[in-house]
Amino acid sequence: MLNAPALTADTEDPRALTARGAWNVSNVELLERLCERAAGAQIGSIDLRRVTALDTVGAWLLERLARGGATRAALTGADGPYGDLLEEVRGLNRAGPIERRSVNAVLQRLDQLGRSSRRLASDSAAFLHMLGAFSAALLGILRHPRSFRLTSTVYQLGRVGWQAVPIMALITFLIGAIIAQQGIFHFRRFGAESYVVDMVGILVLREIGVLIVAIMVAGRSGSAYTAEIGAMKMREEIDALSTMGLDPVAVLILPRILALVVALPILAFLGSLAALYGGGLIAWLYGGMSPAIFIARLHDAVSVTHFEVGIIKAPFMALVIGLVAAVEGLSVKGSAESLGQQTTASVVKSIFLVIVLDGLFAVFFASIGM
Amino acid sequence: MADTSAIHIRDLVVGFGEKIILDHLDLDVNEGEILGLVGASGGGKSVLMRTLVGLLPKRSGQIDFAGDSDDERRWGVLFQQGALFSALTARQNIQFPLRECARLSPGLLDEIADAKLEMVGLTREDGDKYPSELSGGMTKRVALARALALDPSLLFLDEPTSGLDPIAAGEFDALIRTLHRTLRFTVFMVTHDLNSLQAICDRVAALADGRIAAIGRLSSVLKSDHPWVQAYFHGARAQKLGLGN
Repeated sequence: MLNAPALTADTEDPRALTARGAWNVSNVELLERLCERAAGAQIGSIDLRRVTALDTVGAWLLERLARGGATRAALTGADGPYGDLLEEVRGLNRAGPIERRSVNAVLQRLDQLGRSSRRLASDSAAFLHMLGAFSAALLGILRHPRSFRLTSTVYQLGRVGWQAVPIMALITFLIGAIIAQQGIFHFRRFGAESYVVDMVGILVLREIGVLIVAIMVAGRSGSAYTAEIGAMKMREEIDALSTMGLDPVAVLILPRILALVVALPILAFLGSLAALYGGGLIAWLYGGMSPAIFIARLHDAVSVTHFEVGIIKAPFMALVIGLVAAVEGLSVKGSAESLGQQTTASVVKSIFLVIVLDGLFAVFFASIGM
Repeated sequence: MADTSAIHIRDLVVGFGEKIILDHLDLDVNEGEILGLVGASGGGKSVLMRTLVGLLPKRSGQIDFAGDSDDERRWGVLFQQGALFSALTARQNIQFPLRECARLSPGLLDEIADAKLEMVGLTREDGDKYPSELSGGMTKRVALARALALDPSLLFLDEPTSGLDPIAAGEFDALIRTLHRTLRFTVFMVTHDLNSLQAICDRVAALADGRIAAIGRLSSVLKSDHPWVQAYFHGARAQKLGLGN
């Protein structure tokens, strides 16, 4: 190769080097090796007359080589544009190499622990702050009912409620069917198949119906809320609202959370029905129990209390999902990556909180004997 | 002339559906010059630039770049909004093309990135910032450093001074001038900024009705009798800058 770069001592003086060939980024591997080899010895001067191409990378390597020794080596023979480039590079990177601090692994762990506990505290504070802002907006509406955004609420209700019905019904139907099938399969060994009705009825009405629906809503609607609010935050729409003297919580967040609070109990109710239907269907087709018997047994097994226990939880779960979605949406920063992170965080946190809330309710209902 | 033009465009037609944006356009960009392209909004300036860098397909015509070998066909593009990768820091953004196209040792990679940052007038500390933490002017500078990462022989600038205040715009113009002097690249610049045209462009091309209506030094373009060119350079805003008459 004609243009292959080289760095050699051609004259008697070993300190006078000659560079030739193309000193550019295409040959950077070779150049780095040449410079490493030359860097050990003291260099007096580098003759650049035979250099055929020079770019910033080549110029910087030469400059670094020139700075390397105890005294600065002279870079000679560069004409016109190369001279300008070398002159420019000569003034750069004067601050010395970047110090890479080595960190103790234990300290790093402790540091992470500290940071995450502080994050937990600030997350809780943000959640409570949003709860407060939501309540304040709600009170504001009670005082001035005309400021309530009915259209927006109804629109959101359609999106998170009505449009969610088919998928919620399908999922809960399948869950009910699976529980019934598993119950029949295992209870058959004790001859206790008929208790499947009790199991499906109580489990679905008290826990599974509302829990599955809440988790689905968190994944389907909570993430959508976060992404919408986050995108509005990124494009300064939220700031625009504030400057018009409007409260973003009242305009954007209140209708969304209210829609969720209304929709989730309805979805949980429909979901429980679908799950019971799935359970009944399987009991009939797989367990050989006629629908009439299933309904009669169900009537004996479950009471309105079970249904109440389940459905009371729904609006609280909706509130948690909506608040988490709003908090995460508003904490989106400028970048696209941040939007993705907050949306993920919103779904993970709201599902976690929904399950924690369900546990707390279980303890509560057990202690009051429901 | 063919051996001194960095971009050689003949009979270029670009359109979407029924609409023809560039209608048999001819243009030569000379090696080493700064060419400013002006034109009405929606008149096809950006379309021309995006066609040149290969983002839009051409219907017909011919586009040739000087030294059309694989190695030399590296160009830098500065997008209007910077188009920095938001997941990477400023330094990583500059290192990205270097990392992809050449094998540098990590130490050298950092040094080159810092050198580029300094060349565009930023500090090493700015290199650790993410694009969302940068101001408009800094974003443009980092984007310029990224466009220049591989020392391209051809640089495309899309409205480099839009969204900058007059001082920042003037500084950015001066920066392009300085870098142009040391690095000797050819610049194809789409701009609306009359100050930039005056301050840094060697030649100005006016795009109207899908063709180059006038091209040459600013003073000769001003004398063109094309109605759009007249309206553009002799309008009230241009008059204030002392361009008209």
